Amino acid sequence: MVLHKLKRLFSRLGAGCINKIWRLGAGARLFGLTLISSGESFRRFRLTIREVYFTGVMSLIIILVSAFFVGMVLALQGYHTLQKYGSSEAIGVLVALALVRELGPVVTALLFAGRAGTAITAEIGLMKATEQLSAMEMMAVSPIARVIAPRFWAGVIAMPVLATLFSMVGILGGYLVAVPLIGVDAGAFWSQMQANVDWEYDILNGVFKSLVFGVACTMIALFEGYDAPPTAEGVSRATTRTVVTSSLAVLGLDFILTSFMIAV
Amino acid sequence: MANAIVEIQDLSFGYKGRLLHKGINMTFPKGKVVAIMGGSGSGKTTLLRLIGGQLKPNKGRVNVCGEIVHEQDREGIYRLRRKMGMLFQHGALFTDLSVYENVAFPMREHTSLPESMIRDLVLMKLNAVGLRGAHALMPTELSGGMARRVALARAIALDPSIIMYDEPFAGLDPISMAVICDLIRSLNDVLGATSIIVTHDVEETFQFADYVYFVADGVVAAEGTPDDLRQSELPFIHQFVHGEKDGPVPFHYAAPEYHASLLRGAR
Repeated sequence: MVLHKLKRLFSRLGAGCINKIWRLGAGARLFGLTLISSGESFRRFRLTIREVYFTGVMSLIIILVSAFFVGMVLALQGYHTLQKYGSSEAIGVLVALALVRELGPVVTALLFAGRAGTAITAEIGLMKATEQLSAMEMMAVSPIARVIAPRFWAGVIAMPVLATLFSMVGILGGYLVAVPLIGVDAGAFWSQMQANVDWEYDILNGVFKSLVFGVACTMIALFEGYDAPPTAEGVSRATTRTVVTSSLAVLGLDFILTSFMIAV
Repeated sequence: MANAIVEIQDLSFGYKGRLLHKGINMTFPKGKVVAIMGGSGSGKTTLLRLIGGQLKPNKGRVNVCGEIVHEQDREGIYRLRRKMGMLFQHGALFTDLSVYENVAFPMREHTSLPESMIRDLVLMKLNAVGLRGAHALMPTELSGGMARRVALARAIALDPSIIMYDEPFAGLDPISMAVICDLIRSLNDVLGATSIIVTHDVEETFQFADYVYFVADGVVAAEGTPDDLRQSELPFIHQFVHGEKDGPVPFHYAAPEYHASLLRGAR
């Protein structure tokens, strides 16, 4: 009896592992096909621009509002700690570095996965369930070139722009709390930030991170939608998986990228 | 057949260890309306997918316009598909595009016609299905019958040689059904195309089809003109054509003996 249960446990574990490896392979294959089929996304750039509007512009409100609050909280928390050491003027540097290096790219990616990623998965999954992708195939139009690739490039373009806007609005939020509310000197706030934030090491590295997160989040959302079973339950599960997988991927990738950036 | 535009020869297809088709032979002559009929799950829609090159047969061949579909590379299959139009069961209209944009879609993808000409063609196609006035509507604003007609306008957008219909009458009211029946026949004749209709609606199909194949148990169980099949004495055809509840296709799904099952549950 115990042996039988153990056997079942191992067989389930094995099946789960095989399924995960299979999905990883299928995702990598879709990624490769998307890159190969990307010509049309640039030749007919309006297709990509349209998707930039749906993924990027439509995510703008939630990202900017979140950035504003994140910046304000950072200033409050930062001031509380810095004043103990008599260096409250460094609040501008703290807010800026935290945002451009980490919070900007990471929080934007997490919000993007929840707002745009789920929308992409649900849209592609429903297109599959209602045979729209099959119809496209039967019209001799590749769904990967016409549907997947423009959305992929839209996500890759939108994410760094959104992360940059997140950092800018976050800094503005931090300024409003630190300077008019707490009374930190405005000159110290901006000059310390200007002196200590490095263009290449801090800002470009942050933009690079958001670019990588853009590739990961968009590709995960597209794959989950493309691979979803064509049923209401299948699409719902795929949408949930998009958020979970994207969030974990962003946090894992952030650690790897940060390790390399600090080492370099 | 000399003027056959689509030919299925000795075709076998199955998946997950289950053989759905076991050596099917069918011929679809140019200019004719041919129906493929059979019960649910008999593999009728799969036959359309095999003709369209979305699936590959395990054995046998599918010839379209003299070319073997599954021996083509991706480019070849796409070239053949440009000669085909397909009406999906629920229309499969692109929900993010208007009626006009849906019909214009194949033209924009496959031609470099100027916008003014695309506009004229789209309005002509929509006029043919009686929905020119609905060109600005979104698919969500259409009834089931209207969506099917728009999908038909899209399917004939590039004047295909072969038009395939997957359950064109499913879920339609009698008026919409009569409209679709009339459109299938008239568009076929006007375009000089060949129509392949997958359906299980006997009465409607027998009104306008030139030839009918019945598929059952993975083989062609019977074939002929609607008049031949109406008079058929084959038990399956008789049951199907006259809509009898019991016959060679049993009412009950295969199950253990009834009383034994009930008694086992009581124990």
